Amino acid sequence: MHSFVYRLNTLVTFAAVLLAMLCAAASLLDAFNSPTVHAHAEVIKINRFRKQLSGNDEVSLALNISMDLRSLFTWNTKQVFIFLAAEYETSKNSLNQISLWDHIVPDKDHAKFQAQVANKYPLIDQGSNLHGKKVELALHWHVMPRTGRMIQDKMAVSSFYLPGTYT
Amino acid sequence: MGWIGESVESIRSLQIRHLLTQIVSLGMIVTSALIIWKGLMCITGSESPVVVVLSGSMEPGFKRGDILFLHMSKDPIRAGEIVVFHVDGREIPIVHRVIKVHERQDTGEVDILTKGDNNFGDDRLLYAHGQLWLQQHHIMGRAVGFLPYVGWVTIIMTEKPIIKYLLIGALGLLVITSKE
Repeated sequence: MHSFVYRLNTLVTFAAVLLAMLCAAASLLDAFNSPTVHAHAEVIKINRFRKQLSGNDEVSLALNISMDLRSLFTWNTKQVFIFLAAEYETSKNSLNQISLWDHIVPDKDHAKFQAQVANKYPLIDQGSNLHGKKVELALHWHVMPRTGRMIQDKMAVSSFYLPGTYT
Repeated sequence: MGWIGESVESIRSLQIRHLLTQIVSLGMIVTSALIIWKGLMCITGSESPVVVVLSGSMEPGFKRGDILFLHMSKDPIRAGEIVVFHVDGREIPIVHRVIKVHERQDTGEVDILTKGDNNFGDDRLLYAHGQLWLQQHHIMGRAVGFLPYVGWVTIIMTEKPIIKYLLIGALGLLVITSKE
């Protein structure tokens, strides 16, 4: 009845249940963290605005980014993935979302910073609709946990108009 | 001599009953695992509710051997979400992040471009030849939950099948030989 195998089985089962409960608790506790993110991003300069050989408009930008993401970090946070997305509407597409720049924040000590960056990925339209177009910039963050639920949110940061002619 | 035959008969019937009980309990284990899996498929709306990360292309967020829980809701795919998609001509699905979304005005169809956080460029090289965008039907689900290390069990079992057979054999032996 109380053989070695039975004792081992009970012990392993108990340990697994305990571990699962701890993981669930760690993820649940994240729900009590109500973060307030301060961030700003704006276009300093439009470096290049041209038409690709394929006929799609392509834009390169210089951006000024500042943010304070420290409130996003809890003890269950492995890292926070942030990216700046351009969003605009065209006659063909009701939504165009294009990631311009992204960054991984590994810990709380690196969560407050200010930087001037060029876009990592060019803003390429599906077609040639960008003349004088108003583009909204939004900062998205994706909190990646050590275990459990992933949390995603975004905030609008600024908007800019593209010029009427190619550079 | 009648009592010997009776006792032999009773032992034999006992063994048969015991064997039958073992078979039924084994069947219960297998079917309940199947019920849980199919139930998860219904709840999450994804054809595979749990996936194991096989490559390091999303490091340091997801490492090889981590598992992801998928969900497939009616909500449209948006940039920043981590999606699991399959590419025509590739057997193993890929877990990467959406970096571009174009949604059609008239039909509502979406064009999606993905990239691994740890990869230098976007995924067009991984897509089928000449494919520029993913469509809704390529997407198997979006990752909503994360559990580290657990997937190593399946990675080890698929790469070293002998361990799988040993484990199944040992478990089967335990079930058959165990007494109440």
